[in-house]
Amino acid sequence: MTQHQETPEEHEHEHHIVSPVIYVIIGSALLVLTGTTVWASYQEWGVFNPIAALGIAVLKAVLVVLFFMHVKYSTKLTKLTVGAGFFTFMVLVGMTLADYFTRAWGRW
Amino acid sequence: MSDSTAVAHGAAEAHHEHPPYQRHHFETYAQQNDATNFAMWLFLLTEIMFFGGLFTAYLIYRNWYYPAFVQGSHQLQIGWGTANTAVLITSSFTMAMGVWSAEMRRKGLLVLFLVLTFLLGLVFLGIKTIEYHEKYEKHHIPGFHYSVQSFVDPASDPEVYNEYHDKPLPLDMARHTELYFFLYFAMTGMHALHMIIGIAILGFMIFRARAGAYTTGHVTFVENFGLYWHFVDIVWIFLFPLLYLISRHQ
Repeated sequence: MTQHQETPEEHEHEHHIVSPVIYVIIGSALLVLTGTTVWASYQEWGVFNPIAALGIAVLKAVLVVLFFMHVKYSTKLTKLTVGAGFFTFMVLVGMTLADYFTRAWGRW
Repeated sequence: MSDSTAVAHGAAEAHHEHPPYQRHHFETYAQQNDATNFAMWLFLLTEIMFFGGLFTAYLIYRNWYYPAFVQGSHQLQIGWGTANTAVLITSSFTMAMGVWSAEMRRKGLLVLFLVLTFLLGLVFLGIKTIEYHEKYEKHHIPGFHYSVQSFVDPASDPEVYNEYHDKPLPLDMARHTELYFFLYFAMTGMHALHMIIGIAILGFMIFRARAGAYTTGHVTFVENFGLYWHFVDIVWIFLFPLLYLISRHQ
């Protein structure tokens, strides 16, 4: 049986290879956002301090998921799985927090 | 015996040619790779749910015992946290480049990037050890030797006091800083455990990569390990602001 040796070019048709340029851009963006979030934590923004910190964290996570984890280049099945997973996660955490934060603790 | 040989031979003739690493129940290698990626994502989602429980517990208790959690987090040094975030993001970058090297069948580059990821993982754990050691010295590890000294009498802890000028907490609130540190060690400890497992697998992969195992076109293992490593990075991306940053001004 002859061993089928596919070349990287041929391989690319069935499997998207993300270019190192993208990785460099995303990696740099993540480092810049890390600097930004530390800078933001030194500002006096009151209630917006945690909002900014978590907003930047979500942005960083989205960049990692889409580019480093290739979800942007994945099949629809993977995209749906990841999307449904994060949605379920948000429902579980959101509903739990909504319950705990809205009870009149100690006043019933 | 001869019958089974004949059957096996017939089956081999019936199916089309494919690379040796493609399992027989898949039509194409792409299909096999997609199925494995899908399974890896399902595993990572269970991991996300697992860490989600810890994050939720942290947010609920932070809301309840807010002053204790603010002063507890003032004990963490933002400098170390920032350094570790940068180290981990860089390691995610080198891991992504490792996946690219495997896809391009560049064995030397793959080994180089895997070794870099391995080393950056160790640097992360080293910095974490320095931080944990400081907590040990200050008796901030929950348990019998836990001390509320820094919280009932903040001035006794000049390093932190000079930066934050915290007011003394009443003893019952100060006791709840132990809960902050319990969650701090549970969350960063679980994260560190994932790092240790990842580093161990990386060590194994470096040997296999040197033998040329991942540069044959069969990149699934490197790719899925990359997914795991990036997931561990994402957990830290949320731990860093929640534990270190959001209480700076309170």
